[in-house]
Formats: sequence, C-alpha cells, structure tokens
Amino acid sequence: MSRLWFFILEAFRALRRNAAPSMAAVVTTIVTVILLGVLIPVFQTTQGKSEEVRDQLELKVFLYDDATRAETDSLRQEIEGIPHVKSIDYVTKAEALAILEERLKDPNVLRELNTNPLPASFNVKPDDAANLESVRQALTPPDSSGTPQPISPIIDTVKDSREEAGKIEQVTGALKLVLTVITALLVVASLMLVGNTIRLSVYARRREVEVMRLVGATRWFIRWPFMIEGVVVGFAGSLVAILILWLGKVTIVDPLSDSFALVAAQDSMSFTLLISILFAAAIAVSAIGSGVTLRRFLRV
Amino acid sequence: MALLRRRHREQPEAAPRRGGAPIVELKDVTKVYPGGHLALERISLAVGRGEFLFLVGPTGCGKSTLIKLLIRELDPTEGEVRIAGRNIGALPESKIPYLRRNVGTVFQDFKLLPNRTVYDNVAYALQVIGAGRAEIREKVPQTLRLVGLSTKVHNYPDQLSGGEQQRVSIARAFVNHPPLLLADEPSGNLDPVTSIGIMQLLYRINRTGTTVLVVTHDREMVDKMRRRVIELYEGRIIRDETGGGYTEESTSDFGMRMRAEMGVGPEGHTNGEPEGL
Repeated sequence: MSRLWFFILEAFRALRRNAAPSMAAVVTTIVTVILLGVLIPVFQTTQGKSEEVRDQLELKVFLYDDATRAETDSLRQEIEGIPHVKSIDYVTKAEALAILEERLKDPNVLRELNTNPLPASFNVKPDDAANLESVRQALTPPDSSGTPQPISPIIDTVKDSREEAGKIEQVTGALKLVLTVITALLVVASLMLVGNTIRLSVYARRREVEVMRLVGATRWFIRWPFMIEGVVVGFAGSLVAILILWLGKVTIVDPLSDSFALVAAQDSMSFTLLISILFAAAIAVSAIGSGVTLRRFLRV
Repeated sequence: MALLRRRHREQPEAAPRRGGAPIVELKDVTKVYPGGHLALERISLAVGRGEFLFLVGPTGCGKSTLIKLLIRELDPTEGEVRIAGRNIGALPESKIPYLRRNVGTVFQDFKLLPNRTVYDNVAYALQVIGAGRAEIREKVPQTLRLVGLSTKVHNYPDQLSGGEQQRVSIARAFVNHPPLLLADEPSGNLDPVTSIGIMQLLYRINRTGTTVLVVTHDREMVDKMRRRVIELYEGRIIRDETGGGYTEESTSDFGMRMRAEMGVGPEGHTNGEPEGL
C-alpha cells in the first residue's frame, strides 16, 4: 500500500517538475478527444442516413384489375409468409392515382383520362436491401422451363428494382467505405499524436530512467510512476475535452436539432456512452503509451 | 618493497585477503565491442572481501568496460564474471536489479537524478529495494553525515559543487551498505584537494568492511595510496601488485599521510569532512 502511495507521489512529482511536456500531453489529449467526440457522431449519423435510404427499397407487386377481394387477401397472407419480408402495404387503384397526382405538376393531365389506368399493388419491403432478390424469387419462382411464374394468378408483374437496389448499394457502400477510412485514419493519427507527445516527455527523462536502472530499480518500479502519470494526463485532458464537447452540444447542436432532422439523427449514440468511451480510451492510451515508450530506455 | 607481492594472471585465485570466495572474480574475460574493437583480452583477476584496490591505466584501456561488466551493463564476449561466487552472466535479466543493489556504483559523471534533492537522491536507492519510511529516515541522514553533506540535504544537484555531487553519488551507492562498491573515476573531474577528500571517504567506507574498487587514471595518486593496484594497458593486465603495510591505518592517518604526500597542507579545506567513523 505504501508502495502505491510512493508511485503516485512520484508521478505527481514528475508532472510538476516537467510542467511543459506534461502540458503538451494534456493539450494533445484535449484536441484528440474533441476531434473524436465530433467525428464519431458524424460518422454514425451518416451511417444512419444510408441505412434509411436502403430502407426505402421495395418490390412492387402489380395486380390485375379483376382481382377479387378474397384473392387479394389470400395473396397478402401468402406474401406475409415469405421469409425476409418486413412489411407489406396494399395500394388501391385510387390511392395509386392520388400518389401520381401529387407527383405531377399538372394534375389536369389525369382528369382528361376519364378512367384510372393505374393498377392496384402490394408494396413489399424486405428486412434488408440484400434480401430483395430472395423475396422476388419467392414471389415469382421459376417453373420447369426456367421462366419466372408468379405465385398467384392475380399478379400481373413484379416490378424488380434490382438495378436501383444495386446502384444504391454501390453508393451507400462507397460512402461507408470513405467515411470508415477517414475515421480510421483520424483515429490512427490521434493515437500517434498522443503517443508521440508521450514519447517526447519520456525521452526528455531517458537519462533519469537509465540512472534508476543502474541504481538497481526493477522495470516495473520505474514504469509504474510513468503509467500513473499517463493516467493523470489522460484523465485531465479528456475531462477538459468532454466539458468543451458538452458545452458545444448544449449551445450549438441541441438548438439546431429542433429545426434540422439531420442533426437530430445524432441520437444514434447517447452522449453519455460516447463520453464514457472517449474517457476510458484517453486514459488507457496515455497510460499504455507511457509504459510502452519506456521499454526502449529500460534496456540498460 | 619486500612486502610487495606479485600476483600472476595464471593464478588469479591466489590468496584473497579475507576468507571465503573472492567477492569479484574474472575468468578469462574478453570483451569485443560490435565493430571489432577489442576492449578487454583474457582478463583474470580475483578480489578478496574487504580489499581496497585500484584499477589504473590510460584512457581507452578498458577500465570502464570492466566496471560495466561487473554490474552487467555489458555482457562479456567470452569468459565468466563472478560476484560473491555467482556467475552473473547466468542471471536472468529480471534479476539484474538485485545484483546492482548489492554493488554500489559511483560514476564519474555522478549520474544523480536532477529533479530530486540530495536527500531524495540517496533515499531513492533505498526506495528501490523497498525499504520502509522509518528505515529511510534513519539511514539517509546517517549516510549524508558520513559523507559530510548534512548541511546540503535539501539542495538540488545543480546547486552543488562537483566534489559535493560526487559525495552524494557515493552516499547513494553506500546507503544500503553493499558488500562491494565500485567507483569509476570518482575524482576524475575534481581538484587534488577534493580528490583526497573523496579518497579518504572511500577509505572510510572500506574500513566498514566494504570492498572498494576504484578506477582512475591518476597514477600519481594511486602510487601514494600504497594499496593493491591493477594496471590495464590495451585491454590486458600489465601490473597487479599489493603495497602492504598501510592496510590498518586509521582514516585520519590516511588523510594526513595523503595530504602530506600530495603536498597539500592539513589545514587545506576539507569539504565539511567530519571526524572519522
């Protein structure tokens, strides 16, 4: 117990006596934690957005106009039984017309038609964009000759949005990749930045470490104060950074999220969880960083 | 000169002065540095417990290499280094700190911790071995009194003179009373008066039963010491002789004789030297 106390006192003595490098390490930690604290929610929001786009993929099952109510109901049940189907919406002829009317700038074009040419349809959503194809297969299984046959006589066609799905997959995939790479690079850069700052502060004291070795100190006897120092630096740095992040959230992000949906989507990760992870990571990185850097100077 | 006894390389185990295994024993030690520089060539020697001996030779003759081998800062290329009968080459790396705790080392460049006071520098050697607070509070002031630095306890190394820093270094090496004390050019950077003070201090430590090995290039001083001298030249032992007769003189006699022989008056400043043990 008195040993632990000795190590803690040693760590604080070193911090006090090496104020400049210690400050540099704290400031680096602050900058890094703020950077990650902003970047991680942005990354997650974008991730959430592309999920949203993928959610909009669906199959349209167009029905013949002469389908009876009973036939429609039984088809509905049949489709609901297909694996990977998340939801199913019935769009009547009238609703289809209304939707089209809404989209057209000039609704009068439709009035002139007198009849409603639009078919009723089921909008079938798969649970995941990747399962779109398997649901389509289930709706129109190929017969003996290999041509797809609908599972019900009332089905006219199944509109296959495979091409669109593919495109969206591609775009969101690329977006995800780019963001993942950027985030990964920034995480690596911040780790190296913190690591380098710690290296410098340890390097400044390499002679001292050498002397300790020559006096007969074991490696861990020398290492513990350095690691505790790292914990203190990580703790102080992330505490300040989290305070700044919290201020930013309260004064900038929260008021905006009332008016902008994009900013509101940030609820993908709770602020508490985010700061706890950053806090723990900052402390761990600076403690392990000092421990590992020391290794080179402990070889005497 | 009748008392002068030659030691031959062929019989390194000859007559350690006090019984038991020699505290330091080198057997056919060769050290070649990476790059091919031959620092030591087939060195064999034995040092008995309680001896006070000198290792002399010009710069680059291998003296410092020898010291580094004794605390395993370096490993020999060939041969065996034994401390208190144990082959230190066989020690696992994790045990090296324990070896160094039993071999106090005084370095030419002092190697003090710049961020600690005199007191804390000496205390560190005790903290390293896990000594309790009571023990530290007892031994550190005691050792600082021994080296004559009682008044500078709370100074930092850069506030001390070279001689004073060397005394701190000696205090740190001696505070846990190791059986062996190595001093690498302890008076290398110091004036003759201060040097005698340092030598007198080392002799005082030797009188407590500690084996003291002093490395120096100051032959004049060594010749006046009348102690065992091993001379190295280009990595080989060219002289190993014992000057007897003075082994039992008291510390103050030693100091007086040295000052007289070196031509320094007894009233010469003594660096706060206290009375003998």
